[in-house]
Amino acid sequence: MSRFQTIDAYAPLDGQLALMPIRFERLSPERVIVANTVGDILVLTQVEFERLIALDLRPGDGLYERATERLLVAREGARAPLQLLALRLRSRMAFLRDATALHILVVTLRCEHSCPYCQVSRRNTGAERYDMSEETALLALEVAMSSPAKAIKLEFQGGEPLLNFPLIAFAVEAATRMAEVKGKAVEFVIATNLALLDDKILTFCQNHHIHLSTSLDGPADLHNRNRPRPGGNSHALAAAGIQRVQEFLGRDRIGALMTTTDASLDRVEEIIEEYVRLGLDGIFLRPLSPYGFAMKTRWYDGYDSDRWLTFYERGLRHILDLNHRGIRFPEFYASLLLQRILTDQPIGYVDLRSPAGIGIGALVYNYDGKVFASDEGRMLAEMGDQTFELGTLGKTDYASLVTSERLIDLVGGTLSQTSPECRSCAYEAHCGADPVYHHATQGDAVGIKPLSGFCSRQKGILRILIETLERGGRDAAVLRSWVSR
Amino acid sequence: MTPLALHGTGRATGFSEGSGRTLLRLRDPADTPSHAADAALIRSTDHAVMALLQGFDTFVAIGDSEPGSGANGRRVLLDNRFSHLTPGDILALDVPTNRVRVLWRSESNHNSFLVTERCDHFCLMCSQPPRNVDDGWIIDEIYECLPLIDPSTKSVGFTGGETLLAPDRFIPLLGAVGRLLPHAGVHVLTNGRAFSRAAVVRNWAALQHPDLWAGIPIYSAVDTIHDYVVQSRGAFDETVLGVLRMKDAGQRVEIRVVLHALTAPRLVETCTWLARNMPFVDHVALMGMEDTGFALANHAALWMDPLDYGPALTDGIAVLSEAGIRTSIYNLPLCVLPEGVRPWAVRSISDWKNDRPDVCSSCSAAGRCAGFFTTGKTKFSRGIQPIAEPVTFLGR
Ligand code: SF4
Ligand code: SF4
Repeated sequence: MSRFQTIDAYAPLDGQLALMPIRFERLSPERVIVANTVGDILVLTQVEFERLIALDLRPGDGLYERATERLLVAREGARAPLQLLALRLRSRMAFLRDATALHILVVTLRCEHSCPYCQVSRRNTGAERYDMSEETALLALEVAMSSPAKAIKLEFQGGEPLLNFPLIAFAVEAATRMAEVKGKAVEFVIATNLALLDDKILTFCQNHHIHLSTSLDGPADLHNRNRPRPGGNSHALAAAGIQRVQEFLGRDRIGALMTTTDASLDRVEEIIEEYVRLGLDGIFLRPLSPYGFAMKTRWYDGYDSDRWLTFYERGLRHILDLNHRGIRFPEFYASLLLQRILTDQPIGYVDLRSPAGIGIGALVYNYDGKVFASDEGRMLAEMGDQTFELGTLGKTDYASLVTSERLIDLVGGTLSQTSPECRSCAYEAHCGADPVYHHATQGDAVGIKPLSGFCSRQKGILRILIETLERGGRDAAVLRSWVSR
Repeated sequence: MTPLALHGTGRATGFSEGSGRTLLRLRDPADTPSHAADAALIRSTDHAVMALLQGFDTFVAIGDSEPGSGANGRRVLLDNRFSHLTPGDILALDVPTNRVRVLWRSESNHNSFLVTERCDHFCLMCSQPPRNVDDGWIIDEIYECLPLIDPSTKSVGFTGGETLLAPDRFIPLLGAVGRLLPHAGVHVLTNGRAFSRAAVVRNWAALQHPDLWAGIPIYSAVDTIHDYVVQSRGAFDETVLGVLRMKDAGQRVEIRVVLHALTAPRLVETCTWLARNMPFVDHVALMGMEDTGFALANHAALWMDPLDYGPALTDGIAVLSEAGIRTSIYNLPLCVLPEGVRPWAVRSISDWKNDRPDVCSSCSAAGRCAGFFTTGKTKFSRGIQPIAEPVTFLGR
């Protein structure tokens, strides 16, 4: 008789195996995706899925091993699997420790463009009462500097913020001084169409290490159609601006955002190629959001999420092929989701969080001193909906803003972990609550997810990414390489 | 290769009646003895005379017969298998039985102390099969040995058995190591189960040692497989909890995965699991199996040619590296590794230098190769063959 026991002596006892908290979603009649609470994923056949649910698993059958490794099943009484899930969940939620890292100053509502999809309801260039004052900026910075986050980002938005550049310069200098006193790191971003860029502004950006973020919708005809301005030269100005920033400040100091309109849908490859041509380091394929003029002009209704997903998938295919040709060029939304799928790092992006990033992830200070829980929240306010307005500068401070009953209700009431549909969704760990979107589209911050464009886009993109990772090979390798660790 | 003789029987004379275990530190006969344990290492009559003049009263001679010097004193004669001994080496002599063990070799960079032969595991491939004996005296002997070691020593290891069966005795010993060998990195092999108890981790962390490592084996992400390999139900659960507690306390942990027919087939999954669940460990060692001890008894169940798990090594290392986990390959000859992972291989088998198998004589990589054990009946990989081109080691 051997001194050694066989493997059967170490198998779970009858009835000892238990399901961990799992969620699933059918990919096809034959395939089911199963995920645990931290988003470890297993794609199973229908038969395997039924065996998993029935706990009809034995060491050696392959399924037992796969399900154990993904923390989908564990022995009753085992402590390690629960500890692992708990500590990974803690790590995924660690963004809560650094509350409100993003502070957006709307330095003016004026704009010299007249985009029909404008989401912020810009004002004409002459209307100077839509500018932020120095006094308001200082009050905003005081709130920003009293948030817990050690490293904060100040983003200047508009309208076209460069129309009020003196205020930006004032705020950057003030913030730098205040951050030093507070022992905080501070980063600056200006979201601009670049039309008003000049050497003075560039020099200032260089001296203060400011990042620029611009809009580029694709080739000239498409971009100019989407973004009219006197002279019809928006694209030429943006392209020239991008090149100037790249030369003057460095390639990594400028990024561009695109917005998908009806006219973009058949042209994703051209749009991407335009980004490559201009030497941009990636693209963020973005759908239109239901705010501002995009609603008034009904551009928002130009396409549904299925058509958008087709656009996205075609775009992703093109981008993967670019990468195979040796051009490192990520799709940034995919990168964000992949970071959620492939790591437990807390997410920096405020729109992919639950608890939602409103207020506790970002605060927005409007030109007139009103404080909003998100950029989209102030867009809604310009349309007459005050739901996401948290207070007025001078009459409030950081603590009362983020502990206001309104914000707590909005954040606490929309957790994807507990919302109908989300709570049982296989993608929950990688998704987020988007109360502003659902409020805007359905009049309810939780929303009915099967009717939500956000949800169908999320499910669609996550499914594309997960299936690509599952297939392995060089597409999967490119996706994995986009994750920053 | 033939391992160096690290224990054997000598002939001891001149030790007083009733002497038991005695530690001897070898010194050059031209040196001056400075400790009661100092013994002159003599290989010739000249040495013997010089040692006598220098005031030595203990002599360790190597050879077939003792080089006479006419001196009295304590004398040990060891045969030529011990010719590798050098000054600085430390021997333990059991006077009644004439048994000699080499505790410390000053020329080695991998000195390690066996702390106990007892173990609460019974691993299928154990190279040092545990024995249920009362060997608490070993820790006392290590305490005695530490002051004899060159204080500039860079590294010291502790193995078992299971080193942490008696943490209340072992952890204070580590404290003494930190004080007496302040420049030494300390590497402890343990199954990590003791760390599932908060008090053990607390005491370990309280040492505040700047370079103390716990090397902990996890053979699979599947509890049943790990428990089977170590022959102990519930081992996986306690070991994983132990690792988590240690990392929570900010302690250094190395995960060791020994590769054989029960573990290598799921190597990629194991690495994926480590990358997702323990990206915070400090090092992962993927290790070839030493075909000795129980590994021979279980050869049929365990043997897998490393050539056959090469692709899994490639993928596993990619997964770990992507997750930013420092990774090394131990105990595997370069020629059996896929070229892409050779830069991860470490020359780990200590003292691979004497008898190199003939096949290696024309190999350009021999200087960097971990080599393989050639004792007795072990089986080699069918992939052993000289590497013709100089291996270029790309940065990781
Ligand atoms: S929004 Fe949709 S995809 Fe996201 S968690 Fe909820 S149900 Fe799932
Ligand atoms: S042939 Fe070369 S690579 Fe292979 S074991 Fe010998 S020295 Fe190592």
